[in-house]
Amino acid sequence: MRRVTLVLAVAVIVFLVLAALAPDLLAPGNPLAIHPLQSFRGPSFAHPFGTDESGRDIYTRIVHGTGASLLIGLAATAIGVGLALVFGLLAGLGPRWLDFGTTRFLEVLFAFPGLLFALLFIVIYGPGVVTSTVAVGLATAPGYARIIRSQVLVVRRAPYLEAALVLGRGPAHRLFRHLLPNVAGSLFVLVTLGIGQSIVWASSLSYLGLGAVPPAAEWGAMLSAGRTYISSFWWMTFFPGLFIVLSAISTTVLGRGIQQRGRLS
Amino acid sequence: MTSLVSVRNLSVTFGRAEVVAGVSFDIEAGACTAIVGESGSGKSVTARSLLGLTGGAVRAAELRFDQTDLLTASPRRLQRLRGRDIGFVSQGALVALDPLRPVGREIADSLRLHTASTAVERSKRVIELLGEAGVPQPALRASQRPGELSGGLRQRAIIASAIALRPRLLIADEPTTALDTTVQAGILELIERLRDQGTAILLISHDLAVVSRLASQVLVMKEGRVVESGSSARLIDAPQHPYTRRLLNAVPTDRPRFDRLTEAPAVPAAEVTPDVVLSASGLSRQFGDLQAVDDVSFRLRRGRTLGIVGESGSGKTTVARLTLALERPDAGSVSLLGEPWSELAETSRRPRRPRIGAIYQDALSSFDPRLTVGRILRDSLGTPRRDYLAVAELLRSVGLSPSLAARRPRLLSGGQQQRVAIARAIAPRPDVLICDEPVSSLDVSVQAQVLDLLDDLQRSLGLSYLFITHDLGVVRHMSDDLIVMRAGRVVEAGPTEDVFRNPADEYTRKLIAAAPRIEAVS
Amino acid sequence: MALPVAAAPRSSVARRWLPWLLLRLGGVVFVLWAVATVTFFAIRLIPGDPAEAILGGPGSQASAAALAKARADFGLDQPLPLQYLHYLGRLAVGDLGQSYALRQPVITVIGQNLGGTLLLAAVSLVVAAAIALGLAAWSAWGGPGASAVSSVLEVVAAAVPHFWLAISLILLFSTTLDWLPPVSIPGAAGLILPVLTLAIPLAGFLGQVMRESILDAMASPFVLAARARGEGSNGVFWRHALRHAAIPAIGLAGWAFGALISGAVVVETIFARPGIGRSLLSAVQQRDVPLVVGVVIVVALGYMLVTTLTDLADRLVDPRLRAR
Repeated sequence: MRRVTLVLAVAVIVFLVLAALAPDLLAPGNPLAIHPLQSFRGPSFAHPFGTDESGRDIYTRIVHGTGASLLIGLAATAIGVGLALVFGLLAGLGPRWLDFGTTRFLEVLFAFPGLLFALLFIVIYGPGVVTSTVAVGLATAPGYARIIRSQVLVVRRAPYLEAALVLGRGPAHRLFRHLLPNVAGSLFVLVTLGIGQSIVWASSLSYLGLGAVPPAAEWGAMLSAGRTYISSFWWMTFFPGLFIVLSAISTTVLGRGIQQRGRLS
Repeated sequence: MTSLVSVRNLSVTFGRAEVVAGVSFDIEAGACTAIVGESGSGKSVTARSLLGLTGGAVRAAELRFDQTDLLTASPRRLQRLRGRDIGFVSQGALVALDPLRPVGREIADSLRLHTASTAVERSKRVIELLGEAGVPQPALRASQRPGELSGGLRQRAIIASAIALRPRLLIADEPTTALDTTVQAGILELIERLRDQGTAILLISHDLAVVSRLASQVLVMKEGRVVESGSSARLIDAPQHPYTRRLLNAVPTDRPRFDRLTEAPAVPAAEVTPDVVLSASGLSRQFGDLQAVDDVSFRLRRGRTLGIVGESGSGKTTVARLTLALERPDAGSVSLLGEPWSELAETSRRPRRPRIGAIYQDALSSFDPRLTVGRILRDSLGTPRRDYLAVAELLRSVGLSPSLAARRPRLLSGGQQQRVAIARAIAPRPDVLICDEPVSSLDVSVQAQVLDLLDDLQRSLGLSYLFITHDLGVVRHMSDDLIVMRAGRVVEAGPTEDVFRNPADEYTRKLIAAAPRIEAVS
Repeated sequence: MALPVAAAPRSSVARRWLPWLLLRLGGVVFVLWAVATVTFFAIRLIPGDPAEAILGGPGSQASAAALAKARADFGLDQPLPLQYLHYLGRLAVGDLGQSYALRQPVITVIGQNLGGTLLLAAVSLVVAAAIALGLAAWSAWGGPGASAVSSVLEVVAAAVPHFWLAISLILLFSTTLDWLPPVSIPGAAGLILPVLTLAIPLAGFLGQVMRESILDAMASPFVLAARARGEGSNGVFWRHALRHAAIPAIGLAGWAFGALISGAVVVETIFARPGIGRSLLSAVQQRDVPLVVGVVIVVALGYMLVTTLTDLADRLVDPRLRAR
């Protein structure tokens, strides 16, 4: 069961990466081509996911939007994990007062739970792709920072670091040869799990009209455009949403798979 | 009279793996039967088959408790049997109680499950039972969680819960593992008393010395099979099977220094001059209100072993950490090879760190989990080149195959892990090795191999050991001189044999008397 | 290691809890102050004249006199430190200012909308916990197969965005089956779909955590000891495993609070349900700064309340924490 889901997840990810790098291979049509006579067609053989208000093929748009959507997820995760790395390492490795200060600072950030920080950020800088991506990155950073800090503290107290000290290894050796590589392992899992979540968050903001805007062939923007027609033409939001769900699930399954392997081998 | 328990040709399989095969034994009422073997020998699974809790597929020609055929009994019947007629004291006193529930509640559960009683009656009975199991202040202890109790008290609480309904059979699976010597003696005494009151006992242990005192019948198991069984007197006086002989020979208690515990012959000794390599004077260290180490002094000569023996909380591990300069002493100092050591700054100490190495009880956690055995050893050799030959040589010197270099430590057995730790410690050619409980989590037979290895290395390399343990048998076998510690202080010190023959201190005498030794019951 | 807690008298309960409580309260006050300060200075980063924003943004072509009046009305003509102190002073007495867009005190707007959101969140939390517990219990009894299936269900549930789930539920239960209304009409029927939308992802997260710790507990030596005592599967689950699963689940409460509030923004919008989430979204869209700030501060207060309560619950469930 576990193996089957992992294989399926990897297959989805391969498809998504292929769609991001070479969209024409999977959907040769033009995502922006307008066919007013074919607007609002339901799923059919010619248009497996239907067409939108301008008669554009939704499958083609989804495939061509993969790159932008994944990029938003990656960028938001990079911002979140990057910031978290700075704070987590400062708190975990620094002197006690720095840990205290950083931890209090993170506590304050935690009091803006979930989307709240992202919304505050958007109020200040206005809606848009870049703001919503940065907003998602900032909003996820405190959670990652807390995980990284506790991971650093666990490794810092690990007996093998003391064993390295007893063997006469200096601080640089212990930091770069033992501590950081061991923290990096869990960071990799964190990033894999984070990408899916970032895509979900960014698409939620787009759906609310605060992120990417139509007519870009980005999943969130497609959702936002489909919102108006939701009661009559469900496929316009259902299929882009399905791809968001699929990418979130597959990265989560992959991340957990890596986590399990690390625990077993 | 028929026996209380009768097992004929028992086999237990997990998937395709046969963990127990063709085991037969009887247990008489009021008698103790023991199963001895290394970890993985199938002894625990054999015991659990009497409870119907193996988790594997059980087959047998006969598996009977009193009148009940355990093979055909309904799950409900088995559940009624457990706790009421068969008590179980599981392995690992530290984890066998639910950490989130008061101890008394766990004991009351046995009463609640098998008797019609009120909560008030039960809590009264719980306090009586704890008192019976030798727990002081039973009313207070009943309301505490396991985390607030010492290991010995927890094990007594578990026994109290197992004997709450006066079961006719008590299964004790490694009941004294990880307990201090005097605590162990107390637990064994308690089990002995239960036996004398008429309870049948099935005792499981890896240590023949522990079972020899209680058991009238002993089964020796290896890889799921019984290799030898018989009365314990016969087994100890005239062991037939080579494996039994090896187990008996592995017990270090009352074995003089340099007597081999395994069949491998000793290596010839190198000539060394007995100069002082390590000395400590007036070491003291306080943690909060606790005076962990109080005015401890010692001297260690080249090629010799200084033993430090004490129970948990005696401060022996703090002495090790002070000696390794991992903690700073509040008072006193350590000098290494005649030069200052503990008062140096870490940067000036670092170049001299290779002179003093360490091995620990938990070898596995002292290895970086990402690294292979080969990488760990290459790092310790300090050779930047990929010196596979030196690593292979190092592995051979601790009796391991060079092919293990590609493996990760967590895939090795406990004994192999400790050998890798020893290899890493001797790689920089140190003068002194601090050994902190290096064999405490190993089976007796593996312990014997590691002790003999340490002995060989000392002879061939002229190493000096500071050997820290709670085990009187091990320390007597290993050390030339001895320090006995209690509550941070040295209560007795001197040449090991003198201390053991004429212990001057009351506490030392108690410790020596409590150490388990092989003795056949008549 | 015998701990010297031995014969501590009962009266020390107060002594043990009081310092902790004071420390927690201090922490709450500090975080609220920091949140208020961060928001106060953050909104100064908004480009453009706040007075213009009050009068409907740069497009409103407001006259100079109107701008001056708006500045005076909202205290924007005073020096920044003074504005900050006034702001803190008003916060201390619960005055969150005037909404630009609704021309009403922020506290009134929040008061009108809070109840609906709290009801939605509370019912969703209960439903999510029930689903998670059900899956965890099924894993514990149903063996490895059940565990694998519920693990997949949980991953899927946790990865589904609220809006997509809402759309799918509307398509299924309103458009196709016509069982439930697609908008949140007053009453229980209108609550079902919003609650499911909020509860399912949360159940996914809770279930993952609880199942793992229940399975860990079921495999632990103390459960073997309990079984050997004659405890049945039910007893083991309710008396031992559940308690161990409660600890990580309680630890998630602060996070769950945030997830529910964020989810409410989406759910209330889709189902056209009045509530604090929908107010927040329209405030963000209209750049109604006082209302956004007010909601942020109220949510921060709620978050601190929840984490303080979970800390308390943690210390009650797990006495090991009290020793620290």
